Amino acid sequence: MRVWRTAAAILAVAAIGGCATTGSPAKPAPSAQASKDKAAPPKPLAKGLDPAASANPFPSTYKPLPSQPTAIVGASAFTGTGELVENATVLIKDGKVEQVTAGLAAPAGYVTVDAHGKWVTPGLIDAHSHLGVYASPEVWANSDGNELTDPVTPQVWAEHSVWPQDPQFDTARIGGVTTILVLPGSGNLIGGRGVVLRNVPSRTVQGMKFPDAPYVLKMACGENPKRVYGSKGRAPSTRMGNVAGYRAAWINAADYQRRWEDYRAKIGRGEKADPPKRDLALDTLVGVLKGEILVENHCYRADEMAQMIDISKEFGYHITAFHHAVEAYKIADLLAANGTCVATWANWWGGKMEMYDGIEANAALVDAAKGGCAIIKSDDPDLIQRLNQEAAEALAAGRAAGLTISEAQAIKWITANPAKALGISAQAGSLEPGKRADVVIWDHDPFSIYARTERVYVDGAIAYDRHDTRYQPRSDFDLGQPGEGVR
Amino acid sequence: MLRQALMGAAAIAAFALPATAETVAVTHARILTAGPAGEIAQGTLVLRDGKIVAAGANVAVPAGARVIDAAGGVVTPGFFATDSVLGAQEVGSLGSDLRVSNPALGAAMDVQYGLNPASTLIPVARLGGLTSAIVMPHASGGGGEADEGDEMTSGGVPDADPSHALFAGQAAVVTLGQGPDILAKAKVAMVVPFGQAGAKIAGGARGAEFVAFKAALQDVRDYARNKAGYDKGESRALSLSKADLEALIPVVQGRMPIIAEVHRAADILAVLKLAKDENLKVILNGAEEGWMVAADIAKAGVPVLVYPLSDRSVSFEQLGSTLDNAGRLAAAGVVVAIESDDGGHRARETRYDAGNAVSHGMAYAAALAAVTINPAKIFGVADRTGSIEPGKDADVVIWTGDPFEPLSQASAIFVRGVQQPMTSRQLELRDRYKDLNRALPPAYSH
Repeated sequence: MRVWRTAAAILAVAAIGGCATTGSPAKPAPSAQASKDKAAPPKPLAKGLDPAASANPFPSTYKPLPSQPTAIVGASAFTGTGELVENATVLIKDGKVEQVTAGLAAPAGYVTVDAHGKWVTPGLIDAHSHLGVYASPEVWANSDGNELTDPVTPQVWAEHSVWPQDPQFDTARIGGVTTILVLPGSGNLIGGRGVVLRNVPSRTVQGMKFPDAPYVLKMACGENPKRVYGSKGRAPSTRMGNVAGYRAAWINAADYQRRWEDYRAKIGRGEKADPPKRDLALDTLVGVLKGEILVENHCYRADEMAQMIDISKEFGYHITAFHHAVEAYKIADLLAANGTCVATWANWWGGKMEMYDGIEANAALVDAAKGGCAIIKSDDPDLIQRLNQEAAEALAAGRAAGLTISEAQAIKWITANPAKALGISAQAGSLEPGKRADVVIWDHDPFSIYARTERVYVDGAIAYDRHDTRYQPRSDFDLGQPGEGVR
Repeated sequence: MLRQALMGAAAIAAFALPATAETVAVTHARILTAGPAGEIAQGTLVLRDGKIVAAGANVAVPAGARVIDAAGGVVTPGFFATDSVLGAQEVGSLGSDLRVSNPALGAAMDVQYGLNPASTLIPVARLGGLTSAIVMPHASGGGGEADEGDEMTSGGVPDADPSHALFAGQAAVVTLGQGPDILAKAKVAMVVPFGQAGAKIAGGARGAEFVAFKAALQDVRDYARNKAGYDKGESRALSLSKADLEALIPVVQGRMPIIAEVHRAADILAVLKLAKDENLKVILNGAEEGWMVAADIAKAGVPVLVYPLSDRSVSFEQLGSTLDNAGRLAAAGVVVAIESDDGGHRARETRYDAGNAVSHGMAYAAALAAVTINPAKIFGVADRTGSIEPGKDADVVIWTGDPFEPLSQASAIFVRGVQQPMTSRQLELRDRYKDLNRALPPAYSH
């Protein structure tokens, strides 16, 4: 506690000094002016009033499970870099991938795992989930993902709704998912912050938070916001109302950013200045404008995505990924040129008008565009258990469309590409030396319907083992229930 | 080679529809008959005049037959979409023709009158190897907790309009070939929600539903015994409309099965007892905790419709859900039919659902039966379809490999002997946008 307070104080001072961490463009004031007004040094702001001083008020306490140096020997390994290494030896040490090399003998001091005849992939990453915020059982009491009291709620954070005992984390882990982006729902234009979680059992959500992963902002186009608020007799009730809502929010954010920058510039010059009142909603939006918070934009239709890109240019932010995006194939070129990923399904379509043109080959066509970034995600507690199958369906549809796509490429749709969309590429998503050793051992080719996970490593530690009950965690909720959580 | 042959065949079929009069021989095929012949490792299948003529290892190709060389591919009967909305729904949020909230009409609701053969969902499903569907009414507002969850992530609200009818209506079997009439058999079963959903309809408690259900059946029996008296106004007041009373006569006479939507083990046992006490034929639908009482279900000779991927504690009535359910039920001797998650837009996932059942312990042959001959038997159309047997409708799919594998594709599809075009609205969209560098906008490509 004491350590934290000190750290916060240091941050506060640094921020007031107009330090680079705030991204402030304020120029140093002429020294004459500064010395003239320098009567009394400005008091630091009261705790909690300075956004820069409390940029991370709910820090990760994640600690990897216990691990040993491990050599997984003999498997066909999809590395997540576009390659398939046959007869691979995957070396894991200190929770990190050491190397993936064909035919390497297990070094002394490593636990050897015989994986001949099996397959290995990076831990799967789900770029779109509501686990924990829409926990199971799906009752009103567990429905915490949509703050439907205002269409613009960037002040809410999904992590404050996540119930770590949601049994769905366990079933997702059995499916090989080691990292999850938990997002607020899509009822709002701006739904709040999402959080990247390590899929490990934990008493607290802080104990699951992916260290150093950026925050993300959930935005939503189309039918949901206009339906939710239109039915309440308030804006937005149309798509043009939606767009007006986003733009108004960004104007507020830019204005708020300017007020803080002015304030910091004045303080930096030693002038007297009244700080703006901290606003949690605008803090989040300013984080986006500064490029610190990634935008994850629920948007189905091609024409709406094109408009969202224009809005992002108007206000100077970047859309990291469109989600659902069942019409991405209609503008695959535009999305690739904008460097925006597409997180979609293979099989989901037609649930509403904006999903009517969804096609199985969507991901493959996005992938085929030069610079395209395709992601298969779940948005669903069932599908998250079988992301590999959805990727296989998308791959098959791409091949049926005449595209040449290797399995080694398609595995990126559920590993490396979602890592990119979550801003954690340096740490996860592929089996490259130095990355977190999130590794799944499969009993069949993961593109087969018969593939099941044998073992799931998170940071080099066994988080799940199909054949060893010691590594089959169950949530508190499942204890003493019918079936005892045996899924 | 195979591809070219099939494309040629498809082109011919497209110009020559209907092609029921032709004779087709599928050669070099691994034939999974789902019938008494079991698996034919390498054989020939002959179709003529819309029917299966022969299937076997030593079947000769008839003179003049159009030959399709399956070249090591797999041939199966067309699959069933069980608990389906095909032909009765186009866009999910726009509703369906399967749900009524009319206090005077429940049991009499009959899906056969709302079928739309032009639905774009049908070709999409068919390309997934589905050639038949069991289209079932939905209880209005009876979805229970599960529906609420799905709706809430998109900011929706749960259906707040419960029907007053204990009976959701009558199911039909449809055939998924091209053509103006997709109805194969009407009035095949009566949907009745039990458990939480049924309790909600009856006023909030399971205890109310069972009592109301028994009372309704008694009303039907009384009505059936004395229709004339009812028409003259000499009957006591009955709880159902005349249309509903009429619709339920086959149910109380044990001629029409009820499809009991039920999840919890205790509720399953209660429904089995109810069916026995009331002499009803019953089919269980859902039965996520069925594995816990599999022996009782088998002993009662009651078939079960299962979504094999249910493994979450979605509600307090399915805490015991497991991916092993379908396999365990089948192993206990229960006749199982596999259904998909939504039965409509995603009905094409049925074959993957069967594959997942296999990877969780269901015998392959049992899983194949669960998407072919079992639903055909359960819904009374096994005399016409559901297996590859001489004399049955030529509802047949040729696959590039194991049909449960996503990387396998259907390469030719016959419904009642007519080879179906391998197209859908989705594939037309795909092809329109595959090349984004055309001189004219995509609207000019079709």
